[in-house]
Amino acid sequence: MNQMTSLSSLSRSPASKKQAASVEFRNVTKRYGSVTAVDSVSFTIEPGQLVTLLGPSGCGKTTTLRMIAGLEMASEGQILIGDRDVTHLSAADRDVSMVFQSYALFPHMSVLENVAYGPSVQGVSKKDAIAMAMEKLELIGLKGLEKRAPSELSGGQQQRVAVARALVLEPQVLLFDEPLSNLDAKLRRRVREDIRELQQSLNLTVAYVTHDQEEALAVSDRIIVMSNARIAQTGSPRELYEEPADLFVADFIGDANIVTGELTDLSGAQGSVRIGNLHLQLPHRGVSQGAVKLAVRPDAIMLDEAPSSATALAGTVRKASYLGTQIEYEVESPIGNLFVVQYGRKEAIAPGTPVGVSFATQRGVAIVPGA
Amino acid sequence: MSRATLGWIVLGWVGFALLPWYGFDRTAVPTLTDYIVGGSALVHGLKGTWWLLPILVPLLMSLRPALLPARKDNSSWLIGAGLLGLALIVIQGFSIGLNGWTLDILKAISGDDGPRQAGIGYGGALTAIALLIVLCHGLAARGWCRGDAFVTSSIGIVIALIIVFVFFPVSTILASAFADNNGDFAPLEFVAKFMDRSIWGLDCLTSDLRCGVAWNTLFLGLLVAFGTTALGLAFALIATRTAFRYKKLLRVMSVLPIITPPFVIGLALILIFGRSGALSSVLWEWFGVPRSRWIYGLPGVFIAQLLAFTPIAFLVLIGVVQGISPTLEEASQTLRAKSWTTFLTVTLPLMRPGLANAFLLGFVESLADFGNPLVLGGNYEVLSTKIFFAVVGAQQDQGRAAVLSIILLAFTLGAFWLQHAWLGKKVYTTVTGKGDAGIPLPLPRRVALASYFTAIPWALFTVAVYVIILVGAFVRSMGRDYTPTVDHFLTAFRVESTEHGFFFSGSAWDSFFATIKVAALSAPLTAAIGLLTAYLLTRQRFSGQRSFEFGTLLSFAIPGTVVGVSYILAFNVPPIEITGTGFVLVMCFVFRNMPVGVRSGIATLSQIDKSLDEASLTLGARSATTMRRVVLPLLRPAIVASLVYSFVRAMTAVSAVIFLVTAEYNMATTYIVGRVEAGEFGLAIAYSTVLIVVMLIAIVGIQLAVGERRLGRRSASTSTNPVAAPAIP
Repeated sequence: MNQMTSLSSLSRSPASKKQAASVEFRNVTKRYGSVTAVDSVSFTIEPGQLVTLLGPSGCGKTTTLRMIAGLEMASEGQILIGDRDVTHLSAADRDVSMVFQSYALFPHMSVLENVAYGPSVQGVSKKDAIAMAMEKLELIGLKGLEKRAPSELSGGQQQRVAVARALVLEPQVLLFDEPLSNLDAKLRRRVREDIRELQQSLNLTVAYVTHDQEEALAVSDRIIVMSNARIAQTGSPRELYEEPADLFVADFIGDANIVTGELTDLSGAQGSVRIGNLHLQLPHRGVSQGAVKLAVRPDAIMLDEAPSSATALAGTVRKASYLGTQIEYEVESPIGNLFVVQYGRKEAIAPGTPVGVSFATQRGVAIVPGA
Repeated sequence: MSRATLGWIVLGWVGFALLPWYGFDRTAVPTLTDYIVGGSALVHGLKGTWWLLPILVPLLMSLRPALLPARKDNSSWLIGAGLLGLALIVIQGFSIGLNGWTLDILKAISGDDGPRQAGIGYGGALTAIALLIVLCHGLAARGWCRGDAFVTSSIGIVIALIIVFVFFPVSTILASAFADNNGDFAPLEFVAKFMDRSIWGLDCLTSDLRCGVAWNTLFLGLLVAFGTTALGLAFALIATRTAFRYKKLLRVMSVLPIITPPFVIGLALILIFGRSGALSSVLWEWFGVPRSRWIYGLPGVFIAQLLAFTPIAFLVLIGVVQGISPTLEEASQTLRAKSWTTFLTVTLPLMRPGLANAFLLGFVESLADFGNPLVLGGNYEVLSTKIFFAVVGAQQDQGRAAVLSIILLAFTLGAFWLQHAWLGKKVYTTVTGKGDAGIPLPLPRRVALASYFTAIPWALFTVAVYVIILVGAFVRSMGRDYTPTVDHFLTAFRVESTEHGFFFSGSAWDSFFATIKVAALSAPLTAAIGLLTAYLLTRQRFSGQRSFEFGTLLSFAIPGTVVGVSYILAFNVPPIEITGTGFVLVMCFVFRNMPVGVRSGIATLSQIDKSLDEASLTLGARSATTMRRVVLPLLRPAIVASLVYSFVRAMTAVSAVIFLVTAEYNMATTYIVGRVEAGEFGLAIAYSTVLIVVMLIAIVGIQLAVGERRLGRRSASTSTNPVAAPAIP
């Protein structure tokens, strides 16, 4: 693992200067019989960016990834990689590599043979193929284990062999299919940082599938949230978190309390929202006057043990759990039960205590347009 | 336009303009110019065989995408050229035969018998194949099968081969099921033949009379399928999961019966259990048990078929047992399941595809077996022998033979459907891309004991059978004169040293060399086509996959006798005139034995995680490379199974080849049958012994050449010595 930290000092060898490429989907649809797995999806992944396909299982994200790889063929629409139309090209003809969820290491080959497989099937001489493989194994810190069989490695090591194998051809686009799902939580955080660092230092275009929103927020330049075979929202992690396009995104990215308010007067981009007896100034995001839904992040709710009825809603703490860095509460209030997170070293408020509930307006509260 | 497509277009032209379009003209002595250019379709066409000239049109069409720069409609031109070319070749081939027009309506239109032509030769075959592959490349360019030309071409080739060598002959013979003896359409006669009492009668339940032949066949098939699956499983478990000391020996012995020509087992059983057999004599002299003919009939056929087909079940099951992920069993054990419970709830269910395959193979083999019922059947008639006698016997009733084949086919397909229903759509992937660190579980005690108690007596019995065979080859006359001799070998395999070198003067050499040649040619072809088909069936999705699967298994369901007759009927006249050549023997074996390769390939492939293939594809390896570097090494058990099986079957088959052999290509088995008919048992058994030895050498050679599958799994012995070096950082 130590070698990984010196990654940024490594640069690509001059012999293999290959530009990272963009990936573009134009109204791509994939059907299996009568089932539509991906429904008229369009997006662009800029060169050198790490874009996450995020969504619950069955939303079509893995099918989308497999269509980039060429393992599934689009039923309709166009797929471009680096401005080249690859819609009808087979996987072997696309300059794309993939890290599989199961790693898919060839069990009958050693670690070195696995990593050298790509160059050797491309017709590179055995010596060069081994040199390329050794370079990548060194890069990911597995030097010395190259003679092992995949089954003789730990899960994390197997995962890194899979990454090395995908990197060895220096592909235009690198794909990850839930690469962390077989790792333990500690390792998961470290590996995802390694992947991000690798992507940035090698300037790779990466498409990354996950169902874990925290993972997505941590590694991505942009996130494509998918739901029911369609794209629900595309944006940077911050945009998705702070300006969710609809209730699904609001709920899926981080936790959110969905509360009902009333949008009264609009002035410019701002609008005045009344929630119970509270008044907030928020960007109205194109919503017209009347009842609106708001997404309120758990950390944007403030609890006051000395409530004043003018600036706060009256609530009661129902549950409190201590989690080290934070304390989580469930609060009963006139606008429904709220999930609240407090950071900082404070004493936990005992359940049953009446509290004043108010909202932070700078961030963490947003009007949801699609609801 | 890829270089491969271009190459096939060129080959299409070569076949049309350079190579001889027709097969050999047997009357004239061919000259060199007949082989190059002179006999080509182009020259023939200009000299008067006008019906060959239209084939120029698709060949010219294929040039358009080859010569002009890449355009969007290239694929359409390729598809059009391929379809039109194949259609033209088929139409002209089937409408003009040796004696002019083949259809009465064409004779009526033209007013005479019309032009004549012989069967197609190298040129015609090459052009047809090239057009087929051009068509497949065109389809791939359209995005079929994920744009993979290798996959579309493979599918195209396998389908074409199956149509030519399975459906065409079968439809030829089945057409006669609905025809009377003059060849006219007669459905009523079919119904009468189908409902015959000798087929469906149930008299044996109520009286002393015999039951219908259909019930006999079905009953025997089920018995043999159960027996072979159980024995095969016992052998496979002992060979893979126990520390049994004589494991290797057991393994070799279980393979012995498969390398024995079927009638030899029958012969040996008669020599042991017959009225004057070795065991019968002992029982009579020592215990006064009267000699009887019990071996003739169901018991004899059952024992002989068990001996013959258990090895197939073993070969199928051993790959499956090896493929079961030990981690799954360990998982079960950590859930507090006792080893017996684990075996029952995890191991056994995971073996279901293998068990079902073994069962299906045993059933189908029993139904199609011809040699053993012929030798041992006595009054117990089964469909295959009945068909044989309907064809070659005094009745000469092709229609009856065809009706019986339809019934046989229905049974086989029923078994296939049942197997599918039982397995359902469950997933049995146990070889995944993740390294498996588990250690195979030792067998639960009672399973191990059960395996030993079935396998060991059976192995001893097998030894007894082979001792009888061996003794028979080295004595003057089995049963009468036990004087040791090697005369039989000298008669068959004498080699004289003359001044011109060695001269193979023994009477068996001709058939021996022919057999080796045909077997050595057909085995790799069979394995290649069988495993390719298995790969297409499990790894690719295309429309018509079910009928494709059905087609590949169909040849297995047809008994050899019917295959032999149908090949004679279909390939004795143009356009495909190949009877009397070694080629027809090779193709007959390839399509008779391919299903074993397909089934064992499917069973093994369904245990290998698909993402391994996909990983290889995304690393830039094409399907062909993926197949060679990833799939084939993991398929080694299946490769061995199908190579061994097809080689051995080509050397031991009797039923189909008996119709196809010629003086030039006489096969060992038909020669031996001839010796048996002439009463020369000693020579027959000596020759069989030589065959068995040759096959043993071949099997060991195949094992060594293909090698074992490396899965990088630890075994119990090495796990005590864990890999040192830096583990997890």
